[in-house]
Amino acid sequence: MNKLNLVVIGNGMVGHHFLEQLAASSKAHAFQVTVIGEENYCAYDRVHLSEYFQGKSSDELALGSAKQYKDWGFKLHLGVKATAIEPCSRKVQLDDGTELSYDKLILATGSYPFVPPIEGSTLEHCFTYRTLTDLDAIRSSANAANTGVVIGGGLLGLEAAKALRDLDLDTFVVEHSPRLMNAQIDQEGGELLQEKIEALGVQVLTQRAAVRVTEGLGARLCVEFADGKKLETDLIVFSAGIRPRDELPRAAGLLLGERGGVAVDNYCQSSDPQILAIGEAAAWSNCCFGLVAPGYQMAKVALANLIGEELAFTGADMSTKLKLLGVDVGAIGDTQGNQNVGTKIYRYLDQISQHYRKMVVSADGQRLLGAILVGDNSYYDTLMQYYRNGLDLPAHPESLILPSQSGSTPLLGMAALPDSAIICSCHNVSKGDIVDCLQGGCASVAEVIELSRASTGCGGCSSQLKSLVEQQMAAMGMAVSSALCEHFAYTRQELEHMIRTESILNFNQLLERHGQGMGCDICKPTAANIFASVQNDFVLSADHLGLQDTNDAFLANMQKDGTYSVVPRIAGGEITPEMLILLGKVARDFGLYSKITGGQRIDLFGAELSQLPAIWQRLIEAGFETGQAYGKSVRTVKSCVGSAWCRYGVQDSVRLAIDLENRYKGIRAPHKLKFAVSGCTRECAEAQSKDFGVIATEKGWNLYVAGNGGMRPRHADLFAQDLDTDSLIRTIDRIMIFYIRTAGRLERTARWLESLEGGLEYLQKVILHDSLGLNADLDQQMAHLVASYQCEWQTTLNNPESLKRFRQTINSAGDDPQLLYVSERGQKRPANAQERAQHIPLVSV
Amino acid sequence: MTEQQTWITVGQRSDLIDGAGVGAQVDSDQVALFYLKKHNQLFAVGNLCPFNDLNIIARGIIGDIKGEPVVASPLHKEHFSLRDGHCLEQPEVRLPVWQVRLEGDVLQVMRPATQATSTSF
Repeated sequence: MNKLNLVVIGNGMVGHHFLEQLAASSKAHAFQVTVIGEENYCAYDRVHLSEYFQGKSSDELALGSAKQYKDWGFKLHLGVKATAIEPCSRKVQLDDGTELSYDKLILATGSYPFVPPIEGSTLEHCFTYRTLTDLDAIRSSANAANTGVVIGGGLLGLEAAKALRDLDLDTFVVEHSPRLMNAQIDQEGGELLQEKIEALGVQVLTQRAAVRVTEGLGARLCVEFADGKKLETDLIVFSAGIRPRDELPRAAGLLLGERGGVAVDNYCQSSDPQILAIGEAAAWSNCCFGLVAPGYQMAKVALANLIGEELAFTGADMSTKLKLLGVDVGAIGDTQGNQNVGTKIYRYLDQISQHYRKMVVSADGQRLLGAILVGDNSYYDTLMQYYRNGLDLPAHPESLILPSQSGSTPLLGMAALPDSAIICSCHNVSKGDIVDCLQGGCASVAEVIELSRASTGCGGCSSQLKSLVEQQMAAMGMAVSSALCEHFAYTRQELEHMIRTESILNFNQLLERHGQGMGCDICKPTAANIFASVQNDFVLSADHLGLQDTNDAFLANMQKDGTYSVVPRIAGGEITPEMLILLGKVARDFGLYSKITGGQRIDLFGAELSQLPAIWQRLIEAGFETGQAYGKSVRTVKSCVGSAWCRYGVQDSVRLAIDLENRYKGIRAPHKLKFAVSGCTRECAEAQSKDFGVIATEKGWNLYVAGNGGMRPRHADLFAQDLDTDSLIRTIDRIMIFYIRTAGRLERTARWLESLEGGLEYLQKVILHDSLGLNADLDQQMAHLVASYQCEWQTTLNNPESLKRFRQTINSAGDDPQLLYVSERGQKRPANAQERAQHIPLVSV
Repeated sequence: MTEQQTWITVGQRSDLIDGAGVGAQVDSDQVALFYLKKHNQLFAVGNLCPFNDLNIIARGIIGDIKGEPVVASPLHKEHFSLRDGHCLEQPEVRLPVWQVRLEGDVLQVMRPATQATSTSF
């Protein structure tokens, strides 16, 4: 049988989705498929493009790969552009001179960023924001830039502004209409959004039409406006909307939509029966859809059309919820109330907390027709379900947008939704589909996602999906997999709550009341950590010793050769010459490899288990105490030299760092906690990459929270400004205990804050405005932890029972003969496999 | 009875730690001894972790996985059965299993019968 020759022009999200659906279909074998992609990258996730500047790589954004296409048997030509379509001879011309024949042609060419026709818009350092190549160019231009301007205050413009801000540029957004996000929200919403965005340090200029770009005087470029005003900037991003890529079909004589795009019918067919168009390049009823969900829907319709199945495209819902520059914005249906007759409005505006919500309802008040949210999208899912499923509004519809009193949010229970309710509109997954997944054997959110693909498009439904799956699983009597391990059907947060409120003192009690079996290397250290955060008893007491993880169990950090490293506390990184000499002597006497750590202290490596007590005896006699480098606990408070010595310092950062470190030392938390204090805005201590960062101001201290270096770096969020020292400490106290109470197992503050419902704003309300009435309780717990501090090594040395385990064996004092070292740069290090082979005769087995 | 199958005294009851492990030296081999007071249970397996050739098994956390009593190697947390020594992640890797008993307060072990020396394999 001859295969049908199918050519797909365009390898964006929608084109890729079409191919994915085709590959999965039972008719895939009937097609010989050739794919043309203009970019050098295989299809990638354009919706999350701005994450490229937060560290996501092009590989992580990739949706498909050359290998995958090969596995599917599809020919993929990347970096090649189609230059002409010849419908009569059914041929496509490519810019590398190739000519392709087709039986069926799919146009998935997407759109291009519209650049207003103004003079100078093609100067160097002027960009658009659509492709990875665009982003690479922006990044390299931003390297030596201070300021950036985005022309266009729509959804994409604000995305671009976020990108520029992530690149550390002073950022301006210029919008010609009177408000931001003109297409999605109304004037009140736009004004509030502008206020919020400006508070984040992005300048917004509305009702400004750019007319010219010239070379700047103080910066690289200068934008001139219709009113004669000028704005100097180092780079410009044009983000004034998108236009369909329809130049090929236009030249080929296909019918186009009124505002461009290939005119298609309900089956995605163009005016030429052999040519179909999908995604942003297609105009259905004269309308092009700039969201991914309708594009995916068109991809499914086009495939059905090709393989002779019945499926029609009947328009798309443009409702959307976004986080723009950290601000929640949601728009549902008829936001302006002008697409229906006789609409009525409910509105809620809170200028203090900066929240705006509006509902557009039918003339009889029975149905929700549209909604706008600014500042808090937690209302979105419920509103969306009323809108999408045409449900009758409740008795007091206003309760859907009024702030909830003491947690009585009128959430629309998942159980109330009909099975036909769509949960994921990108992949068209209904509640019924998800129930099917669970009945078919899926037993976790992850498995449901893998099977149904729900929430893998724009991701907007992920929280709803999670609660639906968990609620359904509970209803079906299945264990929800938020269980810590097989011994406890609870999360870390739940265990913390039980241990604290029921005053559970040890693991056996916890296991008897709430668990089963013997425990394991997941739940035991987790419980030990919670006991330490709540009661703060000695971690090597008989009750807790067997629970401790590798490092905590021996109060030292195990290295690759089974020996340990030893880290005494050097608070704030300040150390006297005498102490430094003593530390050096101990290292020399015990033959330890010495290295300065990133936390401004000194790590001594290569101590054998049986040497640890003797080493600590010496260190403690000299006046050192344990540094708790082995614990999921407060590590160091890094500092710059501050106002005592530095000619720029405005506050005594070293003193504060030492005080903070001494206050919080030894406190165990769900994960390690790193601090830093900088004495001025030059930020030499790199406080904004720490869990708690403090930066001196002329008036006091700015507190930053939830920063992170490591695998997924995160810039800390500014939590409060110009605090005096007492308020600063009180604020850190409360955040830290709240983190200890609510974070997941091994969840650093960065991920914790990201997943905390309500985010930074919520945390500020809890801590600064005591919205949960918790502060007195938090203060009390912190006071207990501070008062019950002990140097764990001092306690161990005083306690013969604890010292028992610091022996390699119980019946000989000998060192471990397995250990072998070589000398490098004047110190020892463990021998590698090759070196070991040269030294040790092989024993035959 | 061959020489390998005699009981060897390695310590006292007081050398054991409830809920955790200690090591003992027997000729050139080390044994990891785990004690669960609550269940009056004693386990003895080779102390040498076959994944990294280090004598560290005694420093691992004990517990159970689906009812099988296990110790987790402290470096990378591979789980070994305390009953028959097999590794749950890689069943072909095993720790030698020693016999162990308390004669009054005297702690004694006996070499695995099938092996002349307890090396990992």
